[in-house]
Amino acid sequence: MKLAVASGKGGTGKSMVAANLAYTLSRTEPISLVDCDVEEPDLHLFFPAPVTKRNVTVPVPVIDESVCDRCGKCGEFCRYGAITVLPNRVLFFAELCHSCGGCMLVCPKKAIHEEQKQIGTVSFSLPFPDLSLFTGTLDTGSPHAVPVIREAKKQAAAAGDPVMIIDTAPGTSCPVVEALEGCDACILVTESTPFGLHDLQLAADVAARLGIPAGIVINRSDGNDEETLRFCTDHDLDVMMTIPFSREIAAIQSRGDLLSRARPEWQKDFMALFLKCRALAGVD
Amino acid sequence: MKVCFTAQGATLESLSEERFGRAPYFIIVESENGSVEAIRNPYADGGGGVGPKAAQVLIANNVQALVSGQVGGNAKEVLAAAGIAMYTFSAGGSVKDALDQFTKNTLARSG
Repeated sequence: MKLAVASGKGGTGKSMVAANLAYTLSRTEPISLVDCDVEEPDLHLFFPAPVTKRNVTVPVPVIDESVCDRCGKCGEFCRYGAITVLPNRVLFFAELCHSCGGCMLVCPKKAIHEEQKQIGTVSFSLPFPDLSLFTGTLDTGSPHAVPVIREAKKQAAAAGDPVMIIDTAPGTSCPVVEALEGCDACILVTESTPFGLHDLQLAADVAARLGIPAGIVINRSDGNDEETLRFCTDHDLDVMMTIPFSREIAAIQSRGDLLSRARPEWQKDFMALFLKCRALAGVD
Repeated sequence: MKVCFTAQGATLESLSEERFGRAPYFIIVESENGSVEAIRNPYADGGGGVGPKAAQVLIANNVQALVSGQVGGNAKEVLAAAGIAMYTFSAGGSVKDALDQFTKNTLARSG
């Protein structure tokens, strides 16, 4: 089963929920935890362990100017503006290229071939015997998060663990959609603020459009969650767990510890959350 | 010489547009005889990489100078490589105002 943890708003506690869920479950079965927040992966902070890194590359075109006759077909084809053909030279903007390979296909002179360009890494670590952590990291200055996310998920799938937990980036754009793709269920973590609710609405809409069943976790609840609860009732979203606003939980988090390890009684709450997710996904 | 002005509408009376790649219209004025041609920018609402694409529109129309507010890095590189001179007009006002200033040679050259 593939379970995503998303939020819309940043800082609601996605990684906290994903890390505690993974830690709790790994005490009874093998878990792959995938950090798909590749612009700022931080799950590794909860799970310090030695890592092995693999590079993520994408193909980019290289134009042989001695063969190219500046016909301009590649530049016309490229909808991302990555290639501009001038009468005497060709300009290529690597950061605009989406690696589709179309320029190579349309070139009548076969003047274009592809070379691999590194854009990020996927790190693997085994912080506990039954917990595999895959961390996608986008290189600084690289604009395309999606191929790194895809590769992190692919490597996690190859590990073959029965449960994969995917921590997504905040927001609702391409990196989140890529992380959610193929998931059986999705936890949306929110907080009881107007910002939390606003962005929860956007995230719930994305999950619905992707056809992924979603349930809600309210984090840092101050007990005044009426508006969020009303939204959830109106949209048939189950509030699967509520975590209180607590100085003690904040202190545990701040020292890089896990709530479910520091206070083991929380393990039954995270296990109950997982069982609700299984039900959401229709897995018995 | 053909001079292109970025604009919010299709006439000389239209407001000038600060942005280059996402300007709704390109107003091209032939400085020799004053003839005016308006081209709707097909990339005004594009997803990405609109700067170089818009620059290609200018190249295809044999433009020799551009008057706009801000030209992004990629577009600038294409325009410079194509030998198109860039001038900054960000005071606000109509395309006509920008044209007046261009004619009086009071605009700063940005590339």
